[in-house]
Amino acid sequence: MPLRSLVVSVILAFTAGLVVASFAGFREFLPGLLQGALVTIQITVGGSVLAVIAAFIAAIGKMYGPWPVRWLAVGYIEVFRGTSALVQLFWLFFVLPHFGILLEPLTVAILALGLNVGAYGAEVVRGAIQSVAKGQWEAATALNMGRLTALRRIIIPQAFVRMIPPWGNLFIELLKATALVSLITISDLAFKAQQINQTTFRTVEIFTIVLVFYLAIASLITVAMRALEERAAAGISRGRS
Amino acid sequence: MNEIWDWAYTWEILPILARASLVTIQATILGFILAATLGLVFAILRMSQSPWISLPVAGFVEFIRSTPLLIQIFFIFFVFPEFGIVLSALTAGILALGLHYGTYCSEVYRAGLANIPRGQWEASTALNLSGYHTFKDVIIPQAIPPVVPALGNYLVALFKETPLLSAIAVLELMQTAKILGSETFRYTEPITLVGIFFLVFSLVTAALLRQVEGWLKRRGGG
Repeated sequence: MPLRSLVVSVILAFTAGLVVASFAGFREFLPGLLQGALVTIQITVGGSVLAVIAAFIAAIGKMYGPWPVRWLAVGYIEVFRGTSALVQLFWLFFVLPHFGILLEPLTVAILALGLNVGAYGAEVVRGAIQSVAKGQWEAATALNMGRLTALRRIIIPQAFVRMIPPWGNLFIELLKATALVSLITISDLAFKAQQINQTTFRTVEIFTIVLVFYLAIASLITVAMRALEERAAAGISRGRS
Repeated sequence: MNEIWDWAYTWEILPILARASLVTIQATILGFILAATLGLVFAILRMSQSPWISLPVAGFVEFIRSTPLLIQIFFIFFVFPEFGIVLSALTAGILALGLHYGTYCSEVYRAGLANIPRGQWEASTALNLSGYHTFKDVIIPQAIPPVVPALGNYLVALFKETPLLSAIAVLELMQTAKILGSETFRYTEPITLVGIFFLVFSLVTAALLRQVEGWLKRRGGG
């Protein structure tokens, strides 16, 4: 079973990282890196939640909203997909205070990354909803369901299973993008790596361990999404009532 | 100083940003050439019969794809000198961009190569073509054109990642905008202009790619 081998490899990679780190006598900087990893995970989770919400709102707004909502959704998707994540991060961080909006760096990070990935996610959601057979809509109409009820009870549960693999990729993209927040002074894994590097000069070890940490977190996301996909697929085929 | 948008300042910094955009474009083009080449190499190596070649390459590709580009840039810029490889910031950045997107491109090439019917390989063997000629004259000309649009998407994605080079002080658009902002304490104009530049450039490139896609389709169909 590929899932089990994946779990094993994640655990192996992570423990290998820890073992190498502790044996080589880097105990001094490992706690710092772990702290940074926690911040990275926090931003990844927060950003992912925001991304999913933003993606659903934008996709449904673009597909079924009245024209002002549709234009707003299209504008959001195009602007966030068309510019760099780093530019968006800096814009929120440097430009918003100019208009009197002062946000915590952590809020800026979650907002920028969540909205950025949400714009890509909107296209994933749209594609998945459109891939549900037309007959499902017609059947829902025949049963006298409203559009929203049909969307919520019939279409989205079926589209959901198809969305999971691309969302897994997007969450990994988001995890990778969290490294950018180190540039707006948040002490995530990438920031800690640079900070500790400047005091200990153990460049090779630090950056190697940091890469392994990111790989371990990414593998965890992959494993979790595979498990979710299996459960969701089982739920659909059993025909939940 | 308190107005929301200062036009005089905008006109003053526009030429400076235009010059910096040349570095961004240079990094994009060189990085993409590297990515497109490395991607093909990875894809071909992954098809190798020997697991001693294909497995490490597959692992390496997965590793690069699952870790942040920023850390890879730092790795090449800070760690390589420890082994005696000292690169300029721009070179390190282009190398990291090319390597990172090379792994993405390799997946695209893999899809293209997988779509070649087995018979093409068998026919090449029957004609006694060497491995090199099979790839160069039979497989590549059929495998590449269908994947050009997908490669183009990665060109746009790579372009949008170039601001990361500002983290190692390459004087591209973002870094220039940040310096301008720190000199005058006005970040609104430089950073917004950079955002507009990226938006316009991505939209134009996307439109061009659609043209190329249509052209390829017509050529393939006719």
